[in-house]
Amino acid sequence: MFKVFDIAGSALSAQSLRLNTTASNLANADSVSSSTEQTYRARHAVFAAALNDAQEAVGVDVRGIVESQAPLRQEYRPDHPMANGDGYVFLPNVNAVEEMTNMISASRAYQSNVEVINTAKQLMLKTLTLGQ
Amino acid sequence: MPNHLDNVLGIHAAALNLRAQRAELLAGNLANADTPNYKARDIDFKALLADAQASQQGRGMQTTHARHLTEAGTAAAPEALYRIPIQPSVDGNTVDAQREKAEYMQNALQYQATLHFVDGQIKTLRTAIRGD
Repeated sequence: MFKVFDIAGSALSAQSLRLNTTASNLANADSVSSSTEQTYRARHAVFAAALNDAQEAVGVDVRGIVESQAPLRQEYRPDHPMANGDGYVFLPNVNAVEEMTNMISASRAYQSNVEVINTAKQLMLKTLTLGQ
Repeated sequence: MPNHLDNVLGIHAAALNLRAQRAELLAGNLANADTPNYKARDIDFKALLADAQASQQGRGMQTTHARHLTEAGTAAAPEALYRIPIQPSVDGNTVDAQREKAEYMQNALQYQATLHFVDGQIKTLRTAIRGD
């Protein structure tokens, strides 16, 4: 039963990391730059089960954060201070709709894992008062 | 009347153990609700409890290894089986968060019920010892 706290705890940290990447992506949705190399790219967390072939219950692992390979947006703004020689600025490939759905999914998953921990805690407390 | 102190709690001690293990598995499923290619798992509670009952009553076959087969055809250690998905998702994940939550809550209630039975047995013993 004590493993429930580890498992749900790993999910809490994974989901909060996902929420952090979403916040970072949305905050940088309009960060312009003058070259494709310097432009911010949308970041996404990669989830994997901690031990997939084991017969027992497993938590979730964050294997890393990958940058989106979607094409960057390019806009013609010759009067922009960041514009390159041809008058273009580059905008990040952040998809605001995708980020919002990610945010909702992460927050719901976080909530249900908190409930799992709460229930397990109540069960443990009841077990501790056994025979009294 | 149970004549051995270990047998006082009857089947409920084994049931409590199984319930705790099932809680861990279901928490693992909920933790991995967003993990690609994760397959939801659960244990066959009925078959495992029947095994426990058989071995308690001395009818069961002796097992010296966790993977030995028992009378009911299941392994001695609780074997996690894959859940049949109702709505499989595109990323290969078979966790249905609603279903897992419902199962977890039901399992928590049944854990408390078993705890109540164990508590009752302990109270009975205590009354017998005190004689009041």
